[in-house]
Amino acid sequence: MLLAIDTSAGTSVAVVDHARGVLAEHGVADTMRHAEVVGPLIQQCLAEAGVTVAELSGVVGGMGPGPFTGLRVGIAAARVFALGAARPLVPVVSHDAIAFGHYRRGHTGPLLVVTDARRREVYWSAFSGTDAAGLPERLAVPGLAQPAALLEPDFPFAGMIRLDAATVSAGDLGLLAELTFAAGRPFAANDALYLRSPDAVLPTTRKRVSN
Amino acid sequence: MTPMNRENPLVLGIETSCDETGIGIVRGTTLLANVIASSMDEHARYGGVVPEVAARAHLEELVPAIEAAVAESGIRLEDLDAIAVTSGPGLAGALMVGVGAAKALALALGKPIYAVNHLVGHVGADVLRLGESDTVPLEYPTIALLVSGGHTSLLLVRDLTSDVELLGETIDDAAGEAFDKVARILGMPYPGGPRIDAAAATGDPRAIRFPRGLSRPKDMDEHRYDFSFSGLKTSVARWVEHREDAGEPVPVSDVAASFREAVVDILLTKAVAACADYGVPRLLLGGGVIANARLRQVAIERTDAAGLTLRIPPLSLCTDNGAMIAALGAQLIMNGHEPSTLDFGADSTLPVEQIQVAPAPVVPAVRGGNDGNTPAGVT
Ligand SMILES: [Zn+2]
Repeated sequence: MLLAIDTSAGTSVAVVDHARGVLAEHGVADTMRHAEVVGPLIQQCLAEAGVTVAELSGVVGGMGPGPFTGLRVGIAAARVFALGAARPLVPVVSHDAIAFGHYRRGHTGPLLVVTDARRREVYWSAFSGTDAAGLPERLAVPGLAQPAALLEPDFPFAGMIRLDAATVSAGDLGLLAELTFAAGRPFAANDALYLRSPDAVLPTTRKRVSN
Repeated sequence: MTPMNRENPLVLGIETSCDETGIGIVRGTTLLANVIASSMDEHARYGGVVPEVAARAHLEELVPAIEAAVAESGIRLEDLDAIAVTSGPGLAGALMVGVGAAKALALALGKPIYAVNHLVGHVGADVLRLGESDTVPLEYPTIALLVSGGHTSLLLVRDLTSDVELLGETIDDAAGEAFDKVARILGMPYPGGPRIDAAAATGDPRAIRFPRGLSRPKDMDEHRYDFSFSGLKTSVARWVEHREDAGEPVPVSDVAASFREAVVDILLTKAVAACADYGVPRLLLGGGVIANARLRQVAIERTDAAGLTLRIPPLSLCTDNGAMIAALGAQLIMNGHEPSTLDFGADSTLPVEQIQVAPAPVVPAVRGGNDGNTPAGVT
């Protein structure tokens, strides 16, 4: 059984089991309250699933891509929960969970997943379909672009069926982790996918204060 | 689950309000570990703390810092009685990393959590004993002067866990920020404090009379215990520009010494005045700027002259750290306070009067099941 946490969009938490599916899943769409709600959501999911920390075999963290501040809350929570529970952290790309959920609900073939990156930009990931194990097959690493760029003819995945997602399901994230493990495939890197440099400006020359 | 040890609780504290990732472990008033990972070097090229850079560093440093603190203390995480975390004030994005992590740790371990005030944490650092037995506990009430790159506050602490009052604070830059800005004016790299200190060592503190902010009679009516360093910084810049325009060399050591004297003078004038006004015979210092040797020296002189007891915690506990947060959490537990509920957030402007955030309502004595120490539903 796995505890899964994703804060790349709103906050979503789930407890999943490879055989029994999603045992509990709760989310808050608000993109400003990750730090407040992540604790109560973990507590609620564990209680509702009737699962103790000792019964978990790992903790799944959604690594993004996602806007800075919120994304970090879930990754921090997943990493530190894993440390406290003495269980492995299982990093999963959040966009892969969005694609996995869409394929699981019947979609087949190519898919372009798009999420809000704020500042009039979007994150995108392109998938060709699913493999024999049912895992989404990614065509390129997640990207950051202006929305119009995805419509340009020279965008390599132009014309692909597009899924604009406002939420990420921790249930899908957790199930994808279970399936990835069962298929013996590697997990994602344990790196937050910001896809942007910190917005800091280097100091310019000193400004005069006197006239 | 065994009831929480309220006599001598083992507490892990998490501090991420600015650019230090601090993890501390205390048992009651005994310091067991104080691990600090600073992202200061990453901020140096920007000339000041960049919130996004700080928050990213917290995310990467948290797990290694917790592991290092556990190793240093020789305890096991499951031995802990509680987790304490800074809820505010500080940089919102940075605070959120610690809050998310602390809640996860509390839930993973099935331990209660105490969300506490960073500024009161600075005062709480004083209760920690580093093994020496001759130190006497802090007495109350005390005036506390907290000076760092993020805050400049004067507090009246009647009781550490139940009664802290803000007397005054900076209305613009923090004192540490003023050091950074003036260092830049003098062509010195970030962080400015140690550079100014070094340059001032050979300078004359009376060479230039820089203004003492908010010290004129009309300011004293409205801002008796408040500070302002923005005018001082501008005044230094004007003075330096004037010299440069005239083609004269800038006496860097004299400027540094005179600037530092202005900061130290106004800080201690107002702190000592607060002691006199409130009839409080003791002053406690805290915050990273306490590392400034001249500030400590003048503090000793002025408190001696005024007949005040001066307390300065060890420097490793003055800069932002997790041990002070753990210490405040332990004090709350030892004084019978209930844990925080799990729904608190990061509050970048948390008022100092709010020592603990979201304390759970006191649980009536006769009620089965939850002992009030554990978030409901966690076993
Ligand atoms: Zn501080």
